[in-house]
Amino acid sequence: MISFFNYMNVSISLFLVSILGIFLNQRNILIMLMSLEMMFLSVSFNLIFLSIHLDDIVGQIFSLLILTVAASESSIGLAILVIYYRIRNTIAVELTNLMKG
Amino acid sequence: MYLTILFLPLIGSLISGFGGRWLGCWGSSLYSTLCVFFSFLLSLGAFYEVGLCGISYHVILSSWLESGILKINWGFLFDSITVTMLIVVTSVSSLVHLYSIKYMETDPHVPRFMAYLEIFTFFMLILVTADNLLQMFLGWEGVGLASYLLINFWFTRLAANQSAIKALVVNRIGDFGLTMGILLIFWTFQSIEYSVIFPIAPLFENFSFSFMGANVHCITLIGLFLFVGAVGKSAQLGLHTWLPDAMEGPTPVSALIHAATMVTAGVFLIIRFSLLLEFSPSILCILLIVGSLTAFFAGMTGIFQNDLKKVIAYSTCSQLGYMIFSCGLSCYQVSLFHLFNHAFFKALLFLSAGSVIHAVSNEQDMRRMGSLVNFLPLTYSLMLIGSLSLAGFPFLTGFYSKDFILELTQVSIYNNSFYVSFSFWLGSMSVFFTSFYSLRLIYLTFLNNGNITRPLLKSVHESSIVMTLPLVLLSFGSLFFGYLGKDLFIGLGTDFWKGSIFVLPINNFFVEAEWVSIINKWFPFILTVFGILLASLINITEISKYFILKLYKPTFFLAFLLNKKWFIDILYNRIIVMPLLNFGYNTTFKALDRGFIELSGPLGFSIFISNWSKVISRLQSGLLIHYVFFIVVGVCFLFLILTQNSLMFSINPKMLGIFFILTFYI
Repeated sequence: MISFFNYMNVSISLFLVSILGIFLNQRNILIMLMSLEMMFLSVSFNLIFLSIHLDDIVGQIFSLLILTVAASESSIGLAILVIYYRIRNTIAVELTNLMKG
Repeated sequence: MYLTILFLPLIGSLISGFGGRWLGCWGSSLYSTLCVFFSFLLSLGAFYEVGLCGISYHVILSSWLESGILKINWGFLFDSITVTMLIVVTSVSSLVHLYSIKYMETDPHVPRFMAYLEIFTFFMLILVTADNLLQMFLGWEGVGLASYLLINFWFTRLAANQSAIKALVVNRIGDFGLTMGILLIFWTFQSIEYSVIFPIAPLFENFSFSFMGANVHCITLIGLFLFVGAVGKSAQLGLHTWLPDAMEGPTPVSALIHAATMVTAGVFLIIRFSLLLEFSPSILCILLIVGSLTAFFAGMTGIFQNDLKKVIAYSTCSQLGYMIFSCGLSCYQVSLFHLFNHAFFKALLFLSAGSVIHAVSNEQDMRRMGSLVNFLPLTYSLMLIGSLSLAGFPFLTGFYSKDFILELTQVSIYNNSFYVSFSFWLGSMSVFFTSFYSLRLIYLTFLNNGNITRPLLKSVHESSIVMTLPLVLLSFGSLFFGYLGKDLFIGLGTDFWKGSIFVLPINNFFVEAEWVSIINKWFPFILTVFGILLASLINITEISKYFILKLYKPTFFLAFLLNKKWFIDILYNRIIVMPLLNFGYNTTFKALDRGFIELSGPLGFSIFISNWSKVISRLQSGLLIHYVFFIVVGVCFLFLILTQNSLMFSINPKMLGIFFILTFYI
């Protein structure tokens, strides 16, 4: 049972670290995308572990799906980033305040 | 016949009011005069049948209101009081109509004027013939409304508007008292019909209820409220201020309001409720005191008035004081007799004054008249008759009723009542004042040297026959009615009143008054003659100059005070009216309506919403990290709510609320 908590701890703390990485980070949008990737990884790690633990294949199918989704998502995100850089000449997050409420 | 008396003026009013455009000036005048005149003829018939033959009519037309125990009919009661009032109202009203045909000839709104006069008469008839209090109240309010319309007849004049509003509002104070009286009567007697209230009134002689710890005698309270109503309508001291201001209307209106109809309504109410008020000695005492004070006050004020109509207006106020304190002495029939006589000589005085004013091109100030006797001999003789009758000169109409009221007060010598002797002295003093100002009016207007400008003097002329005929008729009334009606109304043991007036045997001074000592009987007459002589002395001889030179300083303030009506109007304005208006504007309107209620209501809510919407929209700063922060916090918060019961911790709802509010301040 100890291994169960260890696995869970690893995936949850990875998730929390990536959340902190998203919103403690003031500057770099690349780091935000990386944190997002890390969040996907921790979720899919959790799914794989639980599919092993519960002896159910569905978790692994989901983690495969998440991998593809994450890949496509990060490619689109990077594409947006490139376009953004081409227009603004910077990728600092703190300057993206043109749309105020 | 009986209902026709009532409805002829109504029909006349409606037709001359709505159809005046087609009837024209003369048509509507003649039509409405004829309507009232026929009503007068019919009420003569009613007087014969009810008063002389002794039949009492009670006509119930239909049901008006039915709600539980409250049943009100359109009922018309014709008993002795009613038919007496009918004669007064319709006769004076028809003469006033006849008079105003010529008086208002050049006015562009004659049909409207006639319609108002007629509706006034109609409401007064409703008031006197009602058989229940609600219907009487209808007439009471209608009379007030019609007086508003009539005083305000020349509606382009600011003074007329103001005094009409004043008349209506001051009357409303009295009407509120009457309303309370009606409600209290219904609460006590479970009915507001005269035929139910009066027979069972003796059973309630000692009936009292507890109100906030105090034991209130019910009939006294009812009487007090009714008296407040009478004070408003009959212009007794306290609410009398509207009456002199009501002079802003045309002169026939003043004659109608002051002589026959409106001001007599309050006295009529008191007389009608004699069967109830007799059971409350304290109310009778209040009537006595207020009435005599009014007579004294108004008589004294009348001396120093310089407006021809205001002098007569104050004499009306004074005579109404006589009527009320005569009621206070439980001599209701004498009061009604005085009302009857007063209607004739006061209408005569007012219409003569109108004739004078008409002759001198609408000049009302007596100081700018004089020596009119050479130009208006007929008006002079008629006005002299009216004035002497008002002053109670022997064997004229006023003598029979007014001196009898004073004789009634003199029985205080027998029963040792302080209040009665109080009213005796005040009443006697006002006899002196009355004769003084009546003769002063005659001297200043007709006999003294003229102060009229020459162009005006050239155009002075006696009025036409249509205006003088009512005056002549009224002067016959002022000469003979007192003698003719004395035995019928107040003769010893007369059975004219039947059951309509009731006097407790213990209150009956009626017989004692016939046996007061001879010197007391002479006393009012001596005062009258003294007043006449003093007025003559001051005006004929040069003694007035002596007065002006030697007595000017010490008497100046008194004269000034009296000319300004004791400053009562100013006091009322300063103490009651202005603070009330200020309260209405500052407190009720600005502080409450526009302030507190609106701030806590729609205005405050809209300000709150717009402020908070700004605060909340400022949360969207455009910075991505802030959005991320809110997403994360929101998700956490969602988890908190979803898992509140299932997880190991349960959060306090108050803490949750505080947290929620705190999020707005981030």
